[in-house]
Amino acid sequence: MNQYSLIKKIFILTVVIFGFIFALPNVVKLPSFMPSKTVKLGLDLQGGAHLLLQVDEKSVMKEFYDGLGDTVRAKLRSEKIGYKKISSDSNNLSVTISNESQIEKARKLTKFIVKDLSVADNKNVITYKLNDFGINNKLLDIVEQTIEVIRRRVDATGTQEPLIQRQGNNRIVVQLPGVENPNEIKSLLGRTAKLSFHLEDSTGLKSPSTIRTIDEDGNILILKRRAYLTGKNLLDAQPSYSNNLPVVSFRFDSSGARKFGRLTSLNVGKRIVIMLDGKVISSPVVNEPILGGSGVISGNFSIEEVNELSILLRAGALPAPLSVVEERTVGPGLGADSIASGKMASVLGLLFVVLFMLFAYRLFGLYANIALAINMVLILSVLTILQATLTLPGIAGIVLTIGMAVDANVLIFERIREEYNCGAKLHVALEKGFNSAFTTILDANITGLIAGVILYIFGTGPIQGFAVTLSIGIVTSMFSAIMITRWILISWVIRKNPTELPKGF
Amino acid sequence: MNLLPNSNFNFMSKTRLFFFTSLFLLISTVGLLTFKGINYGIDFSGGILIEVKVKDGVTISDVRKKISSLKRFDSSLQEFGSSQDILIRSSVNDIELNQAVELIKNTINEQVLEFRRVEIVGPVIGEELKKYAFYAVIFALLAMMMYIWIRFEWQYGVGALIALFHDVLITIGFVSLLDIEFGLSVLAAILTIAGYSINDTVVIFDRVRENFSKHKKKEYEEIFNLSINQSLNRTIMTSLTTLVALITLYLFGGEVISGFTLAMIIGVVIGTYSSNFVAVPVLLLLKPNRGAIEEFIDPVKAKFFEKERND
Repeated sequence: MNQYSLIKKIFILTVVIFGFIFALPNVVKLPSFMPSKTVKLGLDLQGGAHLLLQVDEKSVMKEFYDGLGDTVRAKLRSEKIGYKKISSDSNNLSVTISNESQIEKARKLTKFIVKDLSVADNKNVITYKLNDFGINNKLLDIVEQTIEVIRRRVDATGTQEPLIQRQGNNRIVVQLPGVENPNEIKSLLGRTAKLSFHLEDSTGLKSPSTIRTIDEDGNILILKRRAYLTGKNLLDAQPSYSNNLPVVSFRFDSSGARKFGRLTSLNVGKRIVIMLDGKVISSPVVNEPILGGSGVISGNFSIEEVNELSILLRAGALPAPLSVVEERTVGPGLGADSIASGKMASVLGLLFVVLFMLFAYRLFGLYANIALAINMVLILSVLTILQATLTLPGIAGIVLTIGMAVDANVLIFERIREEYNCGAKLHVALEKGFNSAFTTILDANITGLIAGVILYIFGTGPIQGFAVTLSIGIVTSMFSAIMITRWILISWVIRKNPTELPKGF
Repeated sequence: MNLLPNSNFNFMSKTRLFFFTSLFLLISTVGLLTFKGINYGIDFSGGILIEVKVKDGVTISDVRKKISSLKRFDSSLQEFGSSQDILIRSSVNDIELNQAVELIKNTINEQVLEFRRVEIVGPVIGEELKKYAFYAVIFALLAMMMYIWIRFEWQYGVGALIALFHDVLITIGFVSLLDIEFGLSVLAAILTIAGYSINDTVVIFDRVRENFSKHKKKEYEEIFNLSINQSLNRTIMTSLTTLVALITLYLFGGEVISGFTLAMIIGVVIGTYSSNFVAVPVLLLLKPNRGAIEEFIDPVKAKFFEKERND
């Protein structure tokens, strides 16, 4: 066997030394100029809540077509085109024109309102439908806005290092480390929090422009459908007390303050109805104009409700309702137990494999074990450098790697023995052992990597953690089992100049 | 340690035995899947899973009594590792999963020391995960087959694919037989088994290819017997080290991943069997080309043999 070139030696040493340095912070605290990152633990190990939220696609589309309907109505009015009916649902918007001869004009007029809109007419009905591309963009847009609102709401609860990201085109993953009971956050996220200020309808009749509902005391109330003011104009909302009862005090921005001033000035003695997500939460009678742009919402609130409402109003309304479609919460007790048993299994697994290798291959087994130890360090350091999440299945991946990592050395050693028994000189047997085992090891490991990559692509959370450690383990074990073991064997040959295999091999 | 020095078993004379063994296992699997079915975890079926540690003196039947007072859903309870750890599974139809969890938690709150784990998987998600799981397995198997095909020849690819399906199916059969809960982690175990099994298969195929070029005059049977025998020591050593690691994990790794490790242990045994006694007999059936072509395909090896011949 040829001695390694200097460059190769330096390369191996560099990898190993860097591996040690980056793995070390997981064991001891290093001085400040050294790396300090440790392995990132998954929620199943450190405890916490994982929520998968889904944006209600139907209501997003319904709202979109409602808005589109308003725009079309305004256009038709301004051009004095008569229409019979404008109706929208979550699939499309259809507009019935009074006079069929005006359909072409109406269609041209409204064609370019929004991108990616397909407009079709049939007799006197025009149908507007967003194409798939448009729907997708709309959803992405809504999901991005939703993420912003979620982030503000979660931050308001003081959760440390939350992870909030989009998954697919209508889902959002929220990971909350250390959160043992996610109910508070779930109830925060489950509410749309659309705040609106309405006036009572003086006609008292049910019509398309009114809403019939009940007030906070259960009395029937008829409101104007169009909101005079909405939560969009809110600048701040804080829990507070008024007459010793918990209330939410709020402050409008300048345009909101102007509108609110006008609303209260013009309606002294009348009721203003405050609605949250379609429910009346308060309907006070205006005693005097409020010109400063701030006020309070008083209802039959508890302190918790006031706190929650303030957070919701500060963070803004969700553009669409959300529902929790998946939740996984791990308590800190289970997480700690999992870490403990994971450590135990890794250490014992390592110990047994080490003993096994020593027993089976004696001196060469020792060499393989050195490579295995370095392999462990490298896995830990790569995990740390990549900041990949270590999960319980991830630990299982490491233990499995311990078992499988020695395979490369087993292959090499068995080859060496075979060549040697066939009468080859020791150094020839060593050389041949490494060379002919190499492609086998490569092929075998690449197929293993294929499994790892596919697991990563299709898996979620903990399974991805498993795929990551398995794949890292495959790569590092090839490095250590081939390059490092070979180096050690070369040194042994140079030092001892042996002519036969060590005893017990 | 040389476990089997100069082993020279005539495995290829036993192909009929291997064939019927595998056939028996496969038919049993089909039978199990038809009549017993798979115990899907909530990852795939959707539903609720709550793991609790109860206070001292509280037994599983106490908790069961409490929960059965909730008439609106079916729950199944089981001890999980110790008598103090209880796993509650529930499937719910007419009430929102989130509310159901709250109801259960409130009902048993007094008996519970710690809520260790709460998992809620909506039915839509369960269906999706099932679909992804299916794709993952199919993709993985085909990708591995493609790789073998490219590196060897199509007959080897077919042999590997048949062995892989064999392993995956029979492992699923054992999952059903042993009532292991089939969730995402067991799926991961199955894919890992596929990876392990093909790893084993590649090692032997590689030997076969090498022996084809070394021993031009030997019959197929002789070549295959030789290849399996030459690899036998390695096969046993690697299976043993892997099994040692896995058994340690099964014994000390905690209840949460015990299903995962158990599936893996079974799979390693089946994978080892199939690499030798399913994949190779398939080659015997398909009779791949022998001769110089493989040196042409594998430049690394070709170079090495050239060097060897010159030595």
